[in-house]
Amino acid sequence: MTGRQWIAGKISIVWLAVVLTAAVAADQPKEPSIWSQFAPLEAHGFYEIRGGYRLQNDRYEKDMSVMESRFQLDLYTYNDWAEFKYKGDVYGDLTLEKGRYQTRETWISFQPTEFMDVKLGRQILTWGTGDMLFINDLFPKDWQSYFLGRQVEYLKAPSDAVKISIFSDLANLDVVYTPQFDSDSHIKGEYISYWNQSLGRTAGRDAIVHTDKPDRWFQDDEIALRLYKNINNYEYALYGYRGFWKSPAGMNSRGQALFPDLNVYGASVRGQVGKGIGNAEIGYYQSCDDESGRDPMIDNSEMRYLVGYTQEIAPDFTGGVQYYLEQMLGYDEYKKNSGSTRDEYRHVVTLRLTRLLMNQNLTLSFFGYYSPSDKDAYLRPHVHYKASDHLGFEVGSNIFFGDYRNTFFGQFRDNTHLYTAVRYSF
Amino acid sequence: MKTIQWVLLSTIILFTIATQAARAEEPLDKSDVPSVDEIVNKANLMAYYQGQDGKSSVSMKITDKSGNVRTRQFNILRKNDQLGGDQKYYVYFLQPPDVRRMVFMVHKHTALDKDDDRWLYLPSLDLVNRIAASDKRTSFVGSDFLYEDVSGRGLEEDTHELAEVTDEFFVVKNLPKDPASVEFKFFTVRIDRKTYLPVRMEFFDKADTLYRTIESLKVEPIKAKEGDKEAEYITTTESVVKDLKSGSMTEMTFSNVQYNIGISDDIFTERYLRRPPREAMR
Repeated sequence: MTGRQWIAGKISIVWLAVVLTAAVAADQPKEPSIWSQFAPLEAHGFYEIRGGYRLQNDRYEKDMSVMESRFQLDLYTYNDWAEFKYKGDVYGDLTLEKGRYQTRETWISFQPTEFMDVKLGRQILTWGTGDMLFINDLFPKDWQSYFLGRQVEYLKAPSDAVKISIFSDLANLDVVYTPQFDSDSHIKGEYISYWNQSLGRTAGRDAIVHTDKPDRWFQDDEIALRLYKNINNYEYALYGYRGFWKSPAGMNSRGQALFPDLNVYGASVRGQVGKGIGNAEIGYYQSCDDESGRDPMIDNSEMRYLVGYTQEIAPDFTGGVQYYLEQMLGYDEYKKNSGSTRDEYRHVVTLRLTRLLMNQNLTLSFFGYYSPSDKDAYLRPHVHYKASDHLGFEVGSNIFFGDYRNTFFGQFRDNTHLYTAVRYSF
Repeated sequence: MKTIQWVLLSTIILFTIATQAARAEEPLDKSDVPSVDEIVNKANLMAYYQGQDGKSSVSMKITDKSGNVRTRQFNILRKNDQLGGDQKYYVYFLQPPDVRRMVFMVHKHTALDKDDDRWLYLPSLDLVNRIAASDKRTSFVGSDFLYEDVSGRGLEEDTHELAEVTDEFFVVKNLPKDPASVEFKFFTVRIDRKTYLPVRMEFFDKADTLYRTIESLKVEPIKAKEGDKEAEYITTTESVVKDLKSGSMTEMTFSNVQYNIGISDDIFTERYLRRPPREAMR
């Protein structure tokens, strides 16, 4: 447990105590006390069992892809001037044979003036227009959970940040300040085998990725901005980010993975197009530690482009397509200096199909990424059945294809697995 | 050629309906019967546009043909942009647990060529999603109510015929102008002559078979302020929809109904999707 996690853990426990005390007190209306100002506590959560197995042998990982039982508690209350939230998971992870705890959210939200909202603490943050493709959303992602077949909410990892939102008729502004860099929960090799560039082969539990992560408070910080406006229900936004590559994008001489400096500038639009919803987004990734592109150990700058379209095909049946392009800048320098095999352009198309059946209690969904340039693909078929208002069953698969072992999705091809889960929500 | 057949067919249908309607009206004194347009307009305003804005807590009980029961609980905020025209809806879910704190927002457009704008906010992902909204005749939250039943069907979508007038009710028959866009051939609405509230709707399929009904079970007067004056809005607080084909039904109960509470336009923006207002949570 790092010092940071320890602090976060302590804060969460204190917070939990505050929220619980407030709520218990609010439930027993005797004499007016400071606690009587709180609305009755809303306590919810779920208990879940999830298991998954690889469909082929992976010499670097166990056969079980995920095997866990998880309990989530979600507490919420508010008073006249603020809202209070706690959400945390305890889970037994049989893959690593460990008991684990994660605070998903611990925040307070308030409105200092009519035109300003503030949310302070551990929180989930999302913006941008892509569907499972992110250009200007530089909040941390938990790729491990996503690839392992946990429910999609776990793709978003929490940020320890303050979000200040300012609203005006001219435009609205969101400012998110993260005092200490929050990286993605990237692939490390403990659950998922991956392409290890320095070994020149696929690796997994035999070569856990070690990182040199920027972690100085108020120095290795992140700031993300969004300026946005809705004009006739077309949503326009401009974005800016100053921080670090969220997943490893470089290597130092000691073989540690690095999170080099990164600035991102972007824009997006979303709105009705024909019978459906169209979106477009663009971003310039300025890799500040290697702007020229000469350093083979640090990722080059990039341009990223995305267009998407979603439409209802039939009642309770929707389809969505996206085209995404990553363009490496300074490619000639990269080729000259690294001799590596990355293409200048990485093209990706995605397809989403969602069909609701049996009074919307049965959901059949498919999401697939296909890259014609990398010659790889990642498919996510998923079936969810709500047996009752409280009980849900899931079956799904994460399927990776690839002609090469070192492409983005191709490196995971030995991780293709089938999973199932049952969740009781209360 | 198709057009001619179509015109011919429509003429025959309209003629048949008109003669039947005329026959039904015969015994009544026509002088106190308003025009059909006036009737459907008044009924539409009573069902969907009362007050400048409104709020209520809704609970739904969905019972399938095997008797399995599902429940939904949500709070609705509504605001009129224009009386009889565009509206905004904000729906905050309370139950079941897996949809709790989700928000569904609609900017309803009554113009024929303009689709509604719909958003869904998923709090566990902090995700504001736009929903492709071309079909309004799909199930609302898995119940037997359709989106259109909840937010109203544009009067311009149908032609209206006064099919029957009784001592208590007007019965209006509605024929879709674009039959390919809907699953019914026509539907009838029974409207209370005193209150102008729709009390029963019957939907008929292409074979003229009744397959779906919506019935008002309870009507209550709700007190509210209208400017400086006290007003009373007659409101349907309990209704049931039955799907005679699938054998399922949904009961919908409104409680905590309030009108003219001064809901700001800002509520129906991204700001309050991400941070539900107190009005919606309580």
